[in-house]
Amino acid sequence: MTVRVQTEPFDVSAGIAAITMGRTDIGAIVTFTGTVRGEAHGKLLASMELEHYPGMTEAELVRVEAQAHTRWSLQDTLIIHRVGMLMPGEGIVLVVVASPHRHAAFEAASFLMDYLKTRAPFWKKETALDGSGGWVDARESDDAALARWNLPHS
Amino acid sequence: MAAGSDTRPVTLMYFAWVREKVGVAREEIALPASVATVADLIGWLSARGPHYANAFAKPDIIRAAINQVHVKATASLASAREVAFFPPVTGG
Repeated sequence: MTVRVQTEPFDVSAGIAAITMGRTDIGAIVTFTGTVRGEAHGKLLASMELEHYPGMTEAELVRVEAQAHTRWSLQDTLIIHRVGMLMPGEGIVLVVVASPHRHAAFEAASFLMDYLKTRAPFWKKETALDGSGGWVDARESDDAALARWNLPHS
Repeated sequence: MAAGSDTRPVTLMYFAWVREKVGVAREEIALPASVATVADLIGWLSARGPHYANAFAKPDIIRAAINQVHVKATASLASAREVAFFPPVTGG
């Protein structure tokens, strides 16, 4: 299990290699990459800045990973989340899940993203090309997405 | 503010627009013993000045963490060394 919070771009192939290198017991690898959309509220985006809570971010991502490992038989997981200034088209988050069979990997990757989006302390601030912008509002649909996993309240 | 026997030091952290409205990212406070819960602390901070009152004007949408763990507004501050306030998270 690995979590990384970094300003640098990530490489999907390197992420896969990091958790599969030297192993032959893995039967399925699912990756999810979240990227910066170049448009928001009908305006072209200049950049997106990601703020986070150093310390809690890593702790929360570790809790997210641990939850997934209690629910599915997973051989390894990797979460990389970027912070700082990002440009349209750049990767924001990478999740890689390795398991013996595909269903666990698909479901765990989906779960990790739903859980991360509602729990990990990151905040996005958008700046449009015309200079307008502001903090991105949380989506109720993200809470609904998490609810389907029947997590205990904390 | 002098820390007396009925107060103890706590670090407060603010993020995103809560940080912008309060005007600082972190501060050390002497927490009065009478401030028992997260909701109490929001009320106590709101009375400190217009920046705080503005940041906490809609307490229902403010999220909080104690010692880097998510908590509800009813949570006790008894074990708190670090309390953070922030908007609903928007990562991923």
